Parts: sequence; structure tokens; C-alpha cells
Amino acid sequence: MAGDGAGAWDATTGPRLTLCGLDRLMPLHVWVGPTGHVQRVGPTLAKLRPGEGLAGRRLLEVFELRRPRGVHRFADLLGRDGAKLQLSFRAAPRTSLKGAFVRLADGQGALLDLSPGLSVTDTVARFGLTGSDFPPSDPTVEMLYLIEAQSAILAESRKLNHRLDEARLAAEREALTDTLTGLRNRRALEHLLERLTDAHLAEPFGLMHLDLDYFKQVNDSLGHAAGDHVLCHVAKVLGEETRRDDMVARIGGDEFVVICRRCDDPATLDRIARRIIARLEVPIPYAGHVCRVSASIGTAISSAYARPTSARMLRDADRALYASKDGGRARHTLFAVAKPGVAGRKTS
Amino acid sequence: MHGLINTSIQSFVMQVYGNAAWSEICLRADLGFDRFETMLTYDDGLTEAVIEAAVDVLGKDRGAILEDMGHHLVTNPASEPLRRLLRFGGENFADFLHSLDELHDRVRLALPDLELPRFDVREHAPGSFSLHFDWSASGLGQAVLGAIRAMADDYGTLAVLDYAPRGVHGESETITVSLLESHHAAGRDFALARAEP
Repeated sequence: MAGDGAGAWDATTGPRLTLCGLDRLMPLHVWVGPTGHVQRVGPTLAKLRPGEGLAGRRLLEVFELRRPRGVHRFADLLGRDGAKLQLSFRAAPRTSLKGAFVRLADGQGALLDLSPGLSVTDTVARFGLTGSDFPPSDPTVEMLYLIEAQSAILAESRKLNHRLDEARLAAEREALTDTLTGLRNRRALEHLLERLTDAHLAEPFGLMHLDLDYFKQVNDSLGHAAGDHVLCHVAKVLGEETRRDDMVARIGGDEFVVICRRCDDPATLDRIARRIIARLEVPIPYAGHVCRVSASIGTAISSAYARPTSARMLRDADRALYASKDGGRARHTLFAVAKPGVAGRKTS
Repeated sequence: MHGLINTSIQSFVMQVYGNAAWSEICLRADLGFDRFETMLTYDDGLTEAVIEAAVDVLGKDRGAILEDMGHHLVTNPASEPLRRLLRFGGENFADFLHSLDELHDRVRLALPDLELPRFDVREHAPGSFSLHFDWSASGLGQAVLGAIRAMADDYGTLAVLDYAPRGVHGESETITVSLLESHHAAGRDFALARAEP
């Protein structure tokens, strides 16, 4: 009775916690007696070892101490008042915990205040912990909230990036594609020619310029839909008569360019061109009618030039094309370049 | 307005009224596009235009649409992450209502550019709350009502909620909540952390 009065306590010994108060402030505590045996664990820590009584067991038998290192006896740990702890259970599941080690007054042993640290998400999920398992002052729940919010936001951002990337690729594809035939367009052709005529690459190639013959008649007699049908058919034939690496571009109404990569043999190019012409001359059925076209082709070969440029080659292929047209259409002409070296020797 | 708000309206209309209704709303609101992006920010005028168009197209009054939208936002399976984040507010519905006090700051931690209203939560007697907030600039107050009503269901709590708009004398928007039964029905599951799949 006498001890209950106000002012009867001694301020110098510090506050005396009830066990219930200790549980609320530090639900993950371990109170270890002076002999190194666990006296008591907080309610949340007890949840991490369901069905396993920890009280009465040696602290260092229950936990493996990772920090401080080299401490094997409780008596040594007692000398480390205020130490930062890193430990894990010796038995599975080997949940790791971090915390503080504080020596108690009056030979009462020591108090460990623990926390799951970075393994918090796993620990909370595994043992089904809830908000009331942590003191209100502990930011664990806020941290879990933030982790979850951030991963939801990250997932949204990833989706957005993905959609933007798809849109970018589609726009790029569209910018380089002829919408009617699905072939590449003039822009795509220019990109490729720029790369191929780069002096460092020096990859030989043949450039065929193809212009349809009698296409205007198809358009005039059967209409534009028939004309479009023919153009798509031409695109299909050109795709079939070239290799995967080659490029087929539609650069104008009925004008096409074929780039035959790593091919500068005049005979081979001539064979390809003749085959294309032959196939295009096969009548094309359309809505109960047949469309008849042919093609004239002019070809320039990169290795014929000391320094090939795309403008020069396009112009020369175009000249060869007109030679084919002038020669009666439905034919192939190779542009003949006088090699500067050869020419030089001739004049000397 | 944060894209999150706009996409909420969008997915509500698309899921409940169908894609055609949403396309019509976009057309009437003169958006020039028909998909909002969650992670982008849009002019506030667009949100208002969409809501006005929705009133015309869906033939319902604004308050009803907003309340349904708030409800849908919490209950539809696609927004499970949001429901979970709200459940972090507390272990029962009363705790959740108290947590609205810090909702603004909580959301700011995760999404600094999402401007949600600040709530002033008062508990007048056990089970009797009033939530004061001011989101009148957004005109979305009734969506809050729908969302809180859905959260009561989520906790399995039977509650009566009422909404009063901003008063003529500048009184803030108010939602009153009376808890009738805190364990009326089984609430939906919530675990603080989920095991990695």
C-alpha cells in the first residue's frame, strides 16, 4: 500500500514496464535471463515459431548469431551492451532478423528487440501477420503499403512503355511501308541505299529499276481497283523472285526498285530480271477479266563504280530502264559504266 | 487530372456499359482519342467533358454515375491492387475510416502527382462518423461516397452513408457514416503481404 503513492518510485532506475506494456511496445522482443536462457518472447515473435516454445531454451541454441561475429557464449554477448544484432533461427524456416541488444539493470539479463528487416514481406506473408502484430509506431505496415503501391505503379509503367514501344514500331513500320502493296517505300529504299553505298561497308549489290508496261491500259479499261490488284500481284511476284535479304520497294505509281544484295554478277542479275519479266507477262485474272502487263527493267551494279552513290546508281538504272523502253519494252538492260581505271589505261 | 482518375472512369464505363458507350462518350467529349493512360496526366477539362458526355450518353444523373464509378473502382477485379492498398488503412472499417485522415499523405508517398482530397475524420459517438473533405474543384465528390460504401462491404460491415455537397457558406463536402453492424457479413480476404506466387 505504501509503495503505491505518487512519488514513491525512484526516477533514477528508469521506467518499469509491465510485461503487457513490453509486448505492445516490442512485440518481437526476447528477454534473456542472466544465464543466457530465454525468459520470454513477444507475441509477434512467438508467431514466427508456431507450436514451438522458446522459453527456457538457450538463446544461442535458438538463434545463430551473424553479427556481432565471433560471439559464442552469452556471457560474451552481455559485454556488448547496445550491439546491433543480425541473427537467424537455427531450425527451418531460418527466418533472419535484425535488432538491438540491450543489457538490463540489476542482473536481469538482456533484452533483444528484433525486426524482420528486409525479409519483411516474406515474413509477414508466411506467418500471416497483420497490422496489430506491429506497434503503431513501427513503420512496417507503411513500408508494406509502399512496396505494394510501388510495384503496382511499376507494373502500370511497364504496360505503358510496352504500348508506347509497340506504337513506335508500328509508326516506323508504317513510315517505311507502301500501304497498298506492303512493300517498302522510297524512304526505306533511300535508307538502305545510304547504308549499302557507305564506303566502309563495300557490300556489292545490284539495283534494278522496274517500270510496268501497259499498266495505264489496265487502269483505263478496267478501273483503278483492277490497277491496284495488278500492283499487289506484281509485289507478290517480286517478293517470290527475290531472296529474303533483298529489298523490293514501290517508289511510284507503277515503278519498283529491287536491291539484290551481295550480287554483282551481270549474268545472274540478267537472269533474275528476265524471270521477273516472264512471270509478269502471265495474264492476271481479275473479276472475270484478265489484265495483261509486262515490265521494262534497267540495272546498275555497285561494283562498276569506284565510289558508288545512291543518286548516281538510281539515275543510271533509270537510264538503262529507258533504254529498255526505247528498245521495245519487256526487256532488261544493264547500265554499262566505263571503269575510271580502265578508261585511264585506254587513253594512256 | 491524373490519368488514374480518367482511366477509372473509362474502365467503369467500358465494363458496365460496354465499349460502344465509351466510344460514344469519347466522341461527344471531343477527346480526339479513346484511351486514357494511367500513368499520364491530362488537362482537368477533359475529365469534366467526359463526365458531362457520360451523363448524356448513359442517361443518368451525375451523382449516380460518380457513385457507381467509385463503387466499381473498389469492387472490380482489375483494381484489386487499389482495394488492397485501401485495406492497408486498418483492420476493421472503423479503423479504415480513421485512416482516411492520412490518405492524402499516404497516396502522396506512392504517387506524388495524384491529388486526392484531404479528409477530416470525426467520430461523434461510437459508430457515428462524419468525413469532411473538399474535392469540389474536381466535381468528383460522389465517387468518394461510392468507394467508401464499397469498402464497408469489403470489411463485411453494414453501414448507412450519406453525402452532402459543398454548402453555400463554404462548408466542405461531407459524408456521414453510421455503422450498424461491424460483422454483418464475411468481408473479403486481406493479407498484409502475399506470398510470392
